[in-house]
Amino acid sequence: MSTEIATKEILRGGQFIVKETDCEDVFTPEDFSEEQQMMRESVKEFNDREIVAHRNRFESKDYGYTEECMRKAGELGFLSVAVPEEYEGLGMGFVSTMLVCEYISSGSGSFSTAFGAHTGIGTMPITLYGTEEQKKKYVPKLASGEWFGAYCLTEPGAGSDANSGKTTATLSEDGTHYKINGQKMWISNAGFCKLFIVFARIGDDKNITGFIVENDPENGITLGEEEHKLGIRASSTRQVFFNDTKVPVENMLSERGNGFKIAMNALNVGRIKLAAACLDSQRRVTNYAINYANERQQFKTPIVQFGAIKSKLAEMATNCYAGVSACYRAAKNIEDRIAIRIADGNSHQEAELKGVEEYAVECSILKVAVSEDIQNCSDEGIQIFGGMGFSEETPMESAWRDARIARIYEGTNEINRMLAVGMLVKKAMKGHVDLLGPATAVGEELMGIPSFDTPDFSVLFAEEKDLIARLKKVFLMVAGSAAQKFGAELEQHQQLLTAASDILIEIYMAESTILRTEKNAKRFGEEAQATQIAMAKLYLYNAVELINQKGREGIISFAAGDEQKMMLMGLKRFTKYANYPNVVALRTQIADKIAADNGYTFD
Amino acid sequence: MQAKIAKYTGYFSLDFLKSIKKIYYACIINLGFYGYLCREIFKHNTMKILVCISNVPDTTSKINFTEGDTKFDTNGVQFVINPNDEFGLTRAMWFKEKQGAAVHVATVGDASVEPTMRKALAIGADEAIRINTVPTDGFFVARQLAEVVKNGGYDLVIAGRESIDYNGGMVPGIMASLLGMNFVNTCIGLEVEGNKATALREIDGGKEKLEANLPLVIGGQKGLVEESDLRIPNMRGIMMARKKALNVVEPIDAPSQTNDQKFEKPAAKGPVKLVDADNVGELVNLLHNEAKAI
Repeated sequence: MSTEIATKEILRGGQFIVKETDCEDVFTPEDFSEEQQMMRESVKEFNDREIVAHRNRFESKDYGYTEECMRKAGELGFLSVAVPEEYEGLGMGFVSTMLVCEYISSGSGSFSTAFGAHTGIGTMPITLYGTEEQKKKYVPKLASGEWFGAYCLTEPGAGSDANSGKTTATLSEDGTHYKINGQKMWISNAGFCKLFIVFARIGDDKNITGFIVENDPENGITLGEEEHKLGIRASSTRQVFFNDTKVPVENMLSERGNGFKIAMNALNVGRIKLAAACLDSQRRVTNYAINYANERQQFKTPIVQFGAIKSKLAEMATNCYAGVSACYRAAKNIEDRIAIRIADGNSHQEAELKGVEEYAVECSILKVAVSEDIQNCSDEGIQIFGGMGFSEETPMESAWRDARIARIYEGTNEINRMLAVGMLVKKAMKGHVDLLGPATAVGEELMGIPSFDTPDFSVLFAEEKDLIARLKKVFLMVAGSAAQKFGAELEQHQQLLTAASDILIEIYMAESTILRTEKNAKRFGEEAQATQIAMAKLYLYNAVELINQKGREGIISFAAGDEQKMMLMGLKRFTKYANYPNVVALRTQIADKIAADNGYTFD
Repeated sequence: MQAKIAKYTGYFSLDFLKSIKKIYYACIINLGFYGYLCREIFKHNTMKILVCISNVPDTTSKINFTEGDTKFDTNGVQFVINPNDEFGLTRAMWFKEKQGAAVHVATVGDASVEPTMRKALAIGADEAIRINTVPTDGFFVARQLAEVVKNGGYDLVIAGRESIDYNGGMVPGIMASLLGMNFVNTCIGLEVEGNKATALREIDGGKEKLEANLPLVIGGQKGLVEESDLRIPNMRGIMMARKKALNVVEPIDAPSQTNDQKFEKPAAKGPVKLVDADNVGELVNLLHNEAKAI
């Protein structure tokens, strides 16, 4: 798919925290092309027909059915969307691949995991790092679904500390092959894959190395039993044992010692795609909850009319809307960055790699935010269903169990929180994002006389955009002062990093929501976007509350005396509304709209 | 030269060799001609199918009316291929794949119907025709489509037996009548061999098997194929749909025979009355006096 490259300068990864974005520069789901809309309908139809209609088969651990659905997905071309055309893929842009990932994932976490593991971490290491021969040999088979892929990184002793794996690769005496020995665990798709991406250490290397290993039981590869899991029950998850498994030297991925880099970069893509995979699940769960709340009567009243239920439904819809807004904003940034790099003469491979890596901060932000939103959404969904929600008969129970893994895989949310801030600081040190200048300015502002300029509140989102600008100052104040105080030691202060990360996450999500809505209000009219405007305001209100709490927590943890007082005053000033929104009215407005539509109808 | 040929040909005379050469060239020329002829015959024998598509609201749409209840409110409504037409399109795709038919799709509508046409192209239709006008009544639509059929020389025309929006159900019948073509309505099975079609038709309490010569108009429905046979456009099909022809033709002058005066929604359901299972008298009383059902 051709990518239109914006002539304007595209925001670099992480720059959102120091720069203002024009709403016309963000991509929204309302900008999908007719072709993308048709793709969305196709994927939805597949999901409804093959996945949702057979939910019980997934819940009864029918691994064969997961494989069958993967084959059907291959026939329909869903597995080849991101694969370049020269390797028999469709070579579509990043937004389209996100779109397919989003809508194919909501029927069952089992299928979603199988799909993500195959198309993402099972295939992408080869398309991104493989040699021409490797790509020609393996990628067409993976794109068509003739073969399925799996990614072997985690080991019993190497989870979040992925580079500490004990699996070894030893070069044979004649130099023709490596012998791999070791144990990998939690390997998605292990039961039906034909190809493993395996990470192993050669000798005493500091870093691990990646290998492409064909699944051949005759070659020392054995599988453990299927793991019995809380959720994603029909995702085949097994241990994989390598016992003197011979791998030709030409099957080494990239260079010796490059495995950790491959693993991390594959995870960047995996993170944003995982966020996408959680989006339609939220939409679906919210829809189930709305339908039920409209139908279910207590005290001779449909429960949707009760404020306690309205509040939940409004929050569920709002978080979903925010997730969608932020994911596609980032996805288009990545797509444009890839296009720019290709135009600058980079190979497609390199452009894609660097394009995604550029937005690694946003990928981590989205992974954390959306995986927690789907968890909350399904939890509240169960609550709305009451006792029925606790029963296996309703889809809420499996949605809740399936959602849980999203906070664990592709790097735990704890790791991703610290990565988000850590990578941003690194970007600043490399000069890619100027944090120091704006942070210094905030420091000066704290000591100066507060500005009494007020925006024109009659303009849509004038107050909210002013607040977003001030919230960014909160981050700069907290993270900047902490970095100054602790220097390289900052990464030891995990609670502080986590608080700073929460501030960063909320800013990105709230700003994306406001920008999308502002853009749409301009083209479709404020009246047509009334509910979306309410959702953007509600999201920001919640974000401000959380940022206040996390900011305070962070400041008190490292500042004392006058410095602490000054920063707390700053926090108060930066998070203050001129006109507080009536959030009860906002929630009621949102809930009434979705109740009347009997569904979430915003994207 | 002669000596040279004799040297290489041994026992064969020069005349004999010359005649062989002539036969060889004649064969080449004839093969080319027969090849051309075969292609022409094959082209002529390739069944040409037109599937008439209605662009209708998705079945889950909320139905509202505007302009004093005289117009359907399309705001927020998603449009799809009319389900009865989709069964026909899928059947046409089977003909294409098994018997080599050419499949075109046609609809009457403004530019807003093009996504629906492109879906039909993504499913596998070879070409689409949009008659550039807003459809009014069944007679109007049938006149427009009949013109396309006449100009396109179609052997088989498949339309849904009715569209699920206004439930008209007149288009295929009127079209067949205007074109003087055979017509089978409520068709639930269709086979074509050469110039002959065998159609299965749903009738009260059973099925009717019919034979008819092409050209033929079918009013199709579920049964032509089953729901599970309906095709999801694959990603490559969607990408290829961009490159296929979507021809826009101007409508012919054909007045509508009817005008919509007003739409009404069914009255909202009243509260349910529960009658105790032992109280049959009260049930009869309510059915007789209140519901006036017995």
